[in-house]
Amino acid sequence: MATAVNSELSVELSGFRRVQQLAYACAEAVAARLEPGVTEREAARMQRVWLRERGVKDWFHLPFAWFGDRTAFVNFRVPLQFFPTDRRLEPGMPFILDMAPVYEGFTADIGYSGSLGINPVQDRLMADLEAHRELILREVRERRPLREIYEDVDRLMVRQGYANRHRAYPFGVIAHKVDRVRERRWSPHLFGFGTQSLKGLAADALHGHREGWSPLWSRYRFSDHPPRPGLWAVEPHLGFRGTGAKFEEILVVTDSRDPEQSAFWLDDDLPHVRRWAEEK
Amino acid sequence: MTVLRDARERRVRTGGIELCVAELGDPSAPTVVLIHGYPDSKEVWSEVAPRLAERFHVVLYDVRGHGRSTAPRPLRGGFTLEKLTDDFLAVIDAVSPDRPVHLVGHDWGSVQAWEFVTVRRTEGRVASFTSMSGPSLDHLGLWIDKRLRRPTPRRVAQLVGQGAKSWYVYALHTPRLPELAWRGPLGTHWPRLLERAEKIPRGTYPTASLPRDAAHGAWLYRDNIRPRLRRPRRDAYAHAPVQLITPLDDAFLSETLYDDLDRWVPQLTRRTLPAKHWIPRTRPDRLAAWITEFVTSVEGGRPDASPATGKYADRFGGQLVLVTGAGSGIGRATAFAFAEAGARVVAVDRDAEAAARTAELSRLLGAPRSWAETVDVSDEQAMEKLAAKVAAEYGVVDVLVNNAGIGLGGSFFDTTPEDWKKVLDVNLWGVIHGCRLFGRQMTERGQGGHIVNTASAAAYQPSKALSAYGTSKAAVLMLSECLRAELAGQGIGVSAICPGFVNTNITSTARFAGVDAEEEKRRQKRTARLYGLRNYPPEKVADAILRAVVRNEAVVPVTPEARGARLLSRLAPGALRAIARLEPPL
Repeated sequence: MATAVNSELSVELSGFRRVQQLAYACAEAVAARLEPGVTEREAARMQRVWLRERGVKDWFHLPFAWFGDRTAFVNFRVPLQFFPTDRRLEPGMPFILDMAPVYEGFTADIGYSGSLGINPVQDRLMADLEAHRELILREVRERRPLREIYEDVDRLMVRQGYANRHRAYPFGVIAHKVDRVRERRWSPHLFGFGTQSLKGLAADALHGHREGWSPLWSRYRFSDHPPRPGLWAVEPHLGFRGTGAKFEEILVVTDSRDPEQSAFWLDDDLPHVRRWAEEK
Repeated sequence: MTVLRDARERRVRTGGIELCVAELGDPSAPTVVLIHGYPDSKEVWSEVAPRLAERFHVVLYDVRGHGRSTAPRPLRGGFTLEKLTDDFLAVIDAVSPDRPVHLVGHDWGSVQAWEFVTVRRTEGRVASFTSMSGPSLDHLGLWIDKRLRRPTPRRVAQLVGQGAKSWYVYALHTPRLPELAWRGPLGTHWPRLLERAEKIPRGTYPTASLPRDAAHGAWLYRDNIRPRLRRPRRDAYAHAPVQLITPLDDAFLSETLYDDLDRWVPQLTRRTLPAKHWIPRTRPDRLAAWITEFVTSVEGGRPDASPATGKYADRFGGQLVLVTGAGSGIGRATAFAFAEAGARVVAVDRDAEAAARTAELSRLLGAPRSWAETVDVSDEQAMEKLAAKVAAEYGVVDVLVNNAGIGLGGSFFDTTPEDWKKVLDVNLWGVIHGCRLFGRQMTERGQGGHIVNTASAAAYQPSKALSAYGTSKAAVLMLSECLRAELAGQGIGVSAICPGFVNTNITSTARFAGVDAEEEKRRQKRTARLYGLRNYPPEKVADAILRAVVRNEAVVPVTPEARGARLLSRLAPGALRAIARLEPPL
């Protein structure tokens, strides 16, 4: 029985892993094509086209692209400011590509930080994100309330000298749940978010509200519960005076008693993880 | 008789006159030519030249008719910019025939040098130019022209403003009278006038040749101003990188003269300085540092060297800034803001690791150098050691930010004498030590500076829960005000910053008197959450601090609540007293 459950899980996970790999491949392909003068809108379109050509039909959210100080959400007040603008990329500018395609019913949500040419500040931010990836996994395995983990991440950022920029996201989330999505022939999106995915999130929120948990992982009281089994797209976002950096990838949480199995990153073969390994 | 010690002098003949040329430093090093203004002789550089001579081959000469150079006969028509260019070429042919030279000009020296750096026949002979208080007459002519043609209110105001500042130019155009005045009473009283109006330290400057220099120099104006302003050259583009140093309190030239300069100078570095006209006398250290940095970067093939991108890079580039409590919160953000403006940063904190982190990130942001120092500001001896070390190794601090502070809440009767001592030691004595030690270094150097003390909105907003903290901060506020008065005459500004509720880790380190450890922990957490919800970022306080230094503001409340309380403290102090009675929501 247990093996059956495991194999079912592993089949499911391999589906999520496939789409996450696809999304990161898209990020790397688009990042390689960015050049001075490209606008955020064009970069977002490049991601959309690349993924559609490879069979993506639905989205958790449409691709975003942020350039320059928009990577740190400088002066962001309303959510509409997240959408791509006509800001042009210049040499040395940092950028972030953020996309969440749905492929064969599996959702990915990834964030890719880079810069056009050399940007030592962003390099440093990316290097310092490694500690956050370790901290989050460790504390989730310890079954600490999500709200406390959020605050620990905050403290680590402050110690590092950075500002927490994921608090600018809707509901100030550092992570949110993702799930399988039914494939429909017609899947409209609302403010950049796929309606199918929103529906799933809303159902989770309703469920969670009754049972005392939330599909959104934030600094607020609704996140004052131990990690909920499922797939969480985790996105710590550092800001440092006009430069921002983030990664986003899926953390798998299970109800296993074995700490190793209770939480793990879906895939360790990702650009930022490979980079940290190379630097060592 | 020269005040330039160890200078090698020679005479250069050109166009029927003889120029007195002095050289300092190693002739194989890059050559820096210093050109004096009006009414001066090359001795105006006597403070700057020796500082540059450590690194460069420094050349100074008396402009024709000035100092120990001879005057042309007749005087009329002998001082045109064309002839001054001949002189310059003759000098550099003699001192640096094979290598282009770096020009530095002050006042009329700068006016001349603009000519040298924009005419064709000097192309390839000038490597760079540092300009102070002297615009190109061609640029000036076009500047006036543009404002006359399209007189918007702002442009008219600029025109009238500069027109009023140029009164002496009109005076110098009257025949004979200026000569009489200079050879008579004006010449006698000039040194005292300079000392009083321009705050120039007394010494061997001005030299005895002043009346003759000033009388001859009147022809600089008469020979050039009218012809050039009437028919400015329209192709006066600089063929070398230019560094423009603008003293902000110049009585003779307004800043707006240089607004269009980017049009004429492809590679322009701007610097500003809160000082009066005679900066070679009053700010020699700063000038020598900026000239050295600029010349070195041009020699290294990087004409627009400064990587600093900050808003106030023109003002803080290369300055030495020391911040206490730089390991976190407002102190750290302030260090970063100064680093972004290109300042050299000394990050002081009692937490060594945090200070090191601040210093390290400061370098990434654009600080040319940065250092971490681990010191507890309440420790008198440690502070004395720090002051000695900083002075010996990094130099005299230009901007001091006394920011380190700790929080303490609770009833007055629960606050023990130890609690009081701790708060006053850090919050007040830390500031006193900083001002005492680094402030003294600033006054002894006598070249200006700025002290910023972080007070608090609690300095004027009483509260039943903050008696000790509020007392310490009120003391800091009054100390800043008194010190500001005392140092005003020496060009050293003092600002008190009153931030308000800012999201920093002061909340998680604050002590709460009269409660057990567990309750204290709970309150710390609760305050941290409240401050987090308020979420006023320390970066904004840092911006306010830089702005306060630039504008030399006395008291700066930062957050809206701090500003509101400040306003109420004047209009309705009773309201503040009512607020003081409220129980904090902990």
